[in-house]
Amino acid sequence: MTITKLDLLPARGKRRTFLSGFTLSATAIALLAGRERLGLVGAASAQTANNDVTILNSALGAEQQAIAAYQLGADSGLLQKGVKDLAVQFQGHHKAHADALAKAVTKLGGKPVAALKDYSFPKDKLKSQNDVLTFAASLEKGAVSAYLGAVPILGDRDLAKAAASILGDEAMHWAVLRQALGQNPVPDAFVS
Amino acid sequence: MRLLAAFFVALFASASALATDGNAGRGEEIYTRCLACHALAHNRVGPRHCGLFGRKAGSVPNYAYSSAMKKYGVTWNEETLARFIENPLRTVPGTKMGYAGVKDRQERADLIAYLKQATADPKLCE
Repeated sequence: MTITKLDLLPARGKRRTFLSGFTLSATAIALLAGRERLGLVGAASAQTANNDVTILNSALGAEQQAIAAYQLGADSGLLQKGVKDLAVQFQGHHKAHADALAKAVTKLGGKPVAALKDYSFPKDKLKSQNDVLTFAASLEKGAVSAYLGAVPILGDRDLAKAAASILGDEAMHWAVLRQALGQNPVPDAFVS
Repeated sequence: MRLLAAFFVALFASASALATDGNAGRGEEIYTRCLACHALAHNRVGPRHCGLFGRKAGSVPNYAYSSAMKKYGVTWNEETLARFIENPLRTVPGTKMGYAGVKDRQERADLIAYLKQATADPKLCE
């Protein structure tokens, strides 16, 4: 569903054309109506698209890091089979998020950020399944917060809805990991 | 002139409050929100935080900053950091940090209090 929503965005070239046309149209209308402030609408829309690219790229960077972290966990030899299967499933979710975000950035005329070659994960401190799950839970909680910090400032409401959808998925990951660690899976009524 | 003086008094009071009002314990919990992108000791999606205070913005080695952050020109202290984390995209247009910010003043103070301790802690910054 997330991908479908993001796919609804106009393609890169069309988006630029759309924005250019919108700027001209809004400016023309504003000038004709004698309401100069409305002439700023088009430029503001372009700025909004730029901000959305920045926000989506931040999220994409976090997703790529999560993919690498789950790969580290899966390859660690520390996870029981059922837990490893879950980790690989969650990694698949992050791959889906990353694909959708990269497509959205491209459609907005931006360049998706590339994954880092090395994330300097604390490998020497991951000595048990609990260590791996604790580390993964910290990244998932951070991801929840990152999307919470993205949703209200995304200019495009469809993108904000898609980001909220991903936020929900990250929150489920976090809750399941906390449950696996023997912690209260949903410690608060609100996330922050 | 009075207005200008009042402004600077308020600004100073605000900065002073940041130095004294923060609770590092609460700040450590708030810092968990940053972990999708940041770590204390290592560059990740965002730059490492160890050594943050007194460091010029955009100067961590081997981190690919935005040109906006490279040109920002401030040195990180309580005041400059509070201004940035309140609204990164407004404070440094063009920053890579696409995040709404920490809007609550007390939470900013708590976070900064934690960062002042943690980013100078040799055990956490190995």
